[in-house]
Order: sequence, then C-alpha cells, then structure tokens
Amino acid sequence: MDDSLLGLLRFGPDGWGDELLAGLRITLLLALTTAPVGLVLGFCLALMRRSDNARLRVPATIFTTIFKGLPELITLFIVYYGLSMAIRWVLSFVTSVHIEISAFLAGVIALGAVSASFASEVFMGALNGINRGQVEAAEALGLGRWPILRKILIPQVMRLALPGLSNLWLVLLKDTALVSVIALPDLLRRTFIAVGSTKEPFFFFTVAIVIYFIISLVSMAILALLEARFSRGYAR
Amino acid sequence: MTEYLPPILAEYGDDLLDGFLVTIQLVGMSVAFGAIIGMGVAAARMSPRWWLKAFAWFYIGLFRGTPLLAQLFLIYYGLGQFSGLWRTLGLWNFLRDPFNCALLAFSLNTAAYQAEIFRGAILAVPEGQWEGARALGVGRRVAFMRVILPQAALLALRPFGNEIVLMIKGSAVASVVTVYDLLGETRLAYSDTFRFDVYFYAAALYLVLVETLRRLWDIFERRLTRHLDRERKEAVVDPAGQPVMS
Amino acid sequence: MNRMIIVAALALATVLPAAAQDKMQLRIGTEGAYPPFNYFDSAGNLVGFDIDIAKALCDEMNAECTFVTQDWDGIIPALLANKFDAIIASMSMTPARDEIVDFTDKYYNTPPAIAVPKDSSLADASPESMADIILGAQSSTTHANYAEKFFPDTELRRYGTPEEYKLDLQSGRIDAAIDDSTVLSTWVNSEDGACCKILEVLKNDPIIHGPGAGIAVREEDTELKEKFNTAIAAIRANGVYKQINDKHFDIDVYGD
Repeated sequence: MDDSLLGLLRFGPDGWGDELLAGLRITLLLALTTAPVGLVLGFCLALMRRSDNARLRVPATIFTTIFKGLPELITLFIVYYGLSMAIRWVLSFVTSVHIEISAFLAGVIALGAVSASFASEVFMGALNGINRGQVEAAEALGLGRWPILRKILIPQVMRLALPGLSNLWLVLLKDTALVSVIALPDLLRRTFIAVGSTKEPFFFFTVAIVIYFIISLVSMAILALLEARFSRGYAR
Repeated sequence: MTEYLPPILAEYGDDLLDGFLVTIQLVGMSVAFGAIIGMGVAAARMSPRWWLKAFAWFYIGLFRGTPLLAQLFLIYYGLGQFSGLWRTLGLWNFLRDPFNCALLAFSLNTAAYQAEIFRGAILAVPEGQWEGARALGVGRRVAFMRVILPQAALLALRPFGNEIVLMIKGSAVASVVTVYDLLGETRLAYSDTFRFDVYFYAAALYLVLVETLRRLWDIFERRLTRHLDRERKEAVVDPAGQPVMS
Repeated sequence: MNRMIIVAALALATVLPAAAQDKMQLRIGTEGAYPPFNYFDSAGNLVGFDIDIAKALCDEMNAECTFVTQDWDGIIPALLANKFDAIIASMSMTPARDEIVDFTDKYYNTPPAIAVPKDSSLADASPESMADIILGAQSSTTHANYAEKFFPDTELRRYGTPEEYKLDLQSGRIDAAIDDSTVLSTWVNSEDGACCKILEVLKNDPIIHGPGAGIAVREEDTELKEKFNTAIAAIRANGVYKQINDKHFDIDVYGD
C-alpha cells in the first residue's frame, strides 16, 4: 500500500479522494444554485433602486446596505438559526406543517442576498452606462416597457455588467467555504474531517487551497471566453 | 444605565464591546501590514524581471482566488503541525497565539488585494506625467516618488477604503479559530444564553462600523480629490469590481 | 423580497407532514464528532454509544429513526428550529439548558477529566497548578462551564469540536484540555491521542453537570419525552442497555 501523503488522496474507504470530491460537488452545486438567485434578485434590486417611487427605492437601498455591510458569516448564522425559528413561529399559527431550512438552503438564501446586493451595484453601473436616448428612441417607436427591457436594456446591460459579475462569481465561490461553519459538508468541511482523522492539517489544507485555486482559474478562463463573446459586436 | 438595556446587552454588552475593539485592532493591523507587503508585491508585479513578475502573479492569484477561511486554517492548523520546528526557530511564541495567526493570514490576504490596487493606481496616472517629468530633466526615480506616487495615492484612496470594508467583514472568520473578536464574543454569548437577539446587536455594530467608515472615507476622499475629474478617479479599479487576476 | 424567500423556502425545503404514519417517524439530532459516544467511523458510518442507545430506544418505541448531525454549539437552536425532534448526543442536563428544552431521565453519567501532553509539567489539576495555563474545552459544554467556575485564573479557549482542541493540544498551543473522562481516556489510549495522558479525573459538580446525560426534546413534546422515559427504563430492565454498555466500555457508564 502507498503510505505517502499523496496516498491519503486515494479513492475508496481508506483514502480521502472520494470524500473531497463529494465536498467539491457540494461547493460547486451551492455556487451554481446561488448565482442565478443573486443575478435575478440583483437585477430587480437595481431597477428598484433606480425607481422614482420611494416605496420601491427605499427598501431596496436598505436591503443592499445591510447585506453589503454585514459579514457574510453573521448573515449565514442569522439565516440558518434565525429564519428557521421565525418561519416555525409564523407557521405555528396557521398550520402544523414543518418547514426546515437546511444548511444548503440557508447558504443559498444568505449568499444569494449578499451577491444580489453586490450585483445590484454592478447592474446600476451598467444601466447608467446606457444612453438614455436609446430608451427614448424605442418609446418614440412605440415599443412597450417589457420589449424595451428585454430587447434593448438587458442585452446591453449584460455586456457592460459581465466583468463585474464575473468577479462576483469568483467571490461567491470563495464565500461558499463559510457554509462549512454551519455544517454543510462542502469541500472545506470535508477537508477538516480528513484533518481530524489523519492529523495532517498542512497537507490537507494545502490540497483544499489548490483545488479552490484551480476552480478559480478555470472559472476565469470560461468567463473570459464569455466576455469576448458578449462584446463581439464591439470589437474593432 | 444598564436597566434601560435589553437583558442580553446588560449582561454581555461589555464583552461585545471588547470583541468590537479586537475586531478593529485586528483589521487595523492587518491593513497596515498588508499595505507594506502589498507595495512589495505591486513592485514585483511591475518589475521587468520575469521571475519577480511570475511570483507576484502567483501570490496575488493564490490569495485572491481561494477562501480566506481556508488560508486561515492552513496557517493556524497547518503551521501548528510543525510546532517543534517553530520552537527551535523561536517563532512558536508568535504562531502559538490565535490572534497572531489571524493577523498573519489577514495581512497576507489583504496584501494581494492591495497590491492590485496600488498597481492599478500607478498605471492610471497618465503617461504624460512621466513624459513631462522627463522633459524637465527629472530622473525616473524622482519622477516616480514626486510626481507619480502622490497622484497614484489619491487615485488609490477609494478602492483602498473599499478594501478596509471588505477586511472588516472578512475578519469575522477569526472567530472560528478561537479569536474573541466581535463575532467570537457574540457566539459565546449566544452559546451561554441561547438568546438569538445577540446576533442582531452584533450585526448592528458591524453595520455601524462599516457605514461610519464608508461615509467618513467618502468625505475624506472627496476633499482630497476635489481637483480630479470623475473619469480619472474611476479609472482605478476597485477590489470588488475587478477580475481576480488581470 | 420576503415573498421571494418564502416561495424559495417552500420550493426547496423539506416539507414534512406532522400527521402520524403507521410507524412513528423520529429525527434524532447528534453531533457525530464525539468519540466514543457519537462519531463517524473510517467508512463514514455514524457509530458510538449514543447511536446504539438511540437505535435501541427507537426499536423499543417502535419508531423509525433517522439521524441528523449538527455542530454542537448549534445543536439546541437546531432542535428549537425543528431540524430534528430529539437530541441524543451525550448532553448533560444542566439547569440552564433545562430552561429552554425538556430532558428525559438520564441514560448515563460519567465524570469530567483533564488531559495534558505526556511531557507536561503540571502536577495536578488544582486551581493553583492550573493558574496561568491555557485550557481548551468544547464551547457550550458543561466542561467549559466547569473550567470557568473552578479554574478562574486559567485562560479558557473554546472550540467548536473536540477535534479542534485535540489538534491544538497536540501542537502545544494549549496546555491542557477538559472533557468527559470516557472521551479523553478513549482518545489518549488510541494511536491518535498518543501525545497525551489523563492528568486527573475530576468530580461532577451537581449544579453544573446536573444529573447526567439525557435526551433533549422541545418543551411542548411532553408525550415524546414520556415515551423516551418508558423506553429507557425498558432497555435498562431487559439487558439491552448492559449489552450496549459492555460493547463500548469496560466500566459501567450509567453511574449510580
């Protein structure tokens, strides 16, 4: 048998390779589930924050201020413990159905709220970058609000927002590691379990960091391709 | 005085304030040490020597591309594994303490972000400033220190303020390795009492800290950069608005 | 926003109808990091004394049990947040916890102890010798409370899991650790704990430790609590308890 350190990464019952891979799967799954939530919610927040209606603008501004300012870890604790208790308390008046917020769902909600807040900032910047005259021209041509949003604003916003959003994706990937603190068996937590059992913290945390680094590099390569694609029409 | 406070704050308010001070201390020291290291890394990144450049690229990519919590675990538990070696080298007294481990991890981490801010700011100073200095017969070194650096420092102010905010938020992970910062004290109070509202008071303290800093920094920055136009200021990248590596 | 959260919660959350099915469905919360009472073996199975006791109690109650693991410092909040129905995780029945949850009768009771590195210069575990050292304990445990009360001059570090204080005791970051005597002696007698030895087994403090380890349920679940009590009495009487005890320990952990 291979007793070297690398041997600890074997797949199967006596190695940790398969455990770490399962953890990586959860890390990626969490990031991929959260990203669309942050994206859609962030766009809505950006539109609300630009609105002339204070009833839309004020709550959206408060929401983004809170989730941009709070440490992600505290947001996570509040969602994981607090929201579960709140939901249980509210539902106790109407039904006997139990709703449980799993660590995964808590991660999606908390990290979704945080990335939505930062995404709204990116979208605001992108919306500001679009010439107001374009909307006026479209209105003059008789286009409705929805076609203007879908055909004129969103495609351009995506191009302008992509670099900022790419960065948010990388931030999100890293933030998923925080969910290990509330017991989601992601990559970092599985690494910790391996450390506890093998007493090789230096080796295993190095492996985890290398894996995170590789995902970041791969993500960046893919995002660079996407950015090139979205700005095709603007290449000189 | 205490009778007007919610019960949890009457009992644990002092602890939370202690933790709050630890957070400020940890962030302040990390940002300061990080600035020193970060200047070195930025210089390496812009150096003509390929191996310095490659090292800086790797350093920046590694620290910005991986979770701070994982970096902290590697330094706290990973380096702790070799405590015998550190004892011989006389470094164990430093590494033994959780606060120092967090300080080391945070300084190295923020140095990577700050290096990119410094580099971005230096590159954002228009080329004409170099040319002008040369035309006046000023040497490159003096031109850099007297002409470029002061302008770059102004341009770096805004992203630097953002980085401090990110560090305040990120510092909360120190509580995971038994540092009693604001979140650490909060978790302690919660585990003693199971009173959930203590998290809301801690959240409020973090928000007050972040918002106060942001607003003061904004005023400060606007005063110092009154003479610059908006376009120039925005030419410098923000740690939260720029790809991890460029 | 609020509506979105609720919609998302409904879509993703596990919805469990409370209506009883044929067999009683129970979710048992445990820590999974506290050998030899509850932990994961190298093949990833949840095992230990608590787990065997829980299974025996479920059999006795004719209940279908599933296990949920949860970090210790969040285990009571998780019970309150309905992530499971009972905690079987070597939880001491302290007065403070008793205010928030309800406890069954005890199912075991062992004293705390202090472990130190083998080359430690500590002579004993008196408050005087322990002054000015760094002591590690798991946070939110009776052991942490005990250290605060009886070793007021000792610096106390609190860890989320026993694994973390074990790593730090091994590296010498802390000078001693306090935990259950059975937990520590199992550890120092294993290959993992070769660094360390038991300094002293301490005496239970009735105010801090309460009457021993029990099963925690939510306060409104009195019926469930009674069922557990009947089942504990039954496995004590029919020899199943002794069988499980002897499988794990060479002492009687039930206490007197």
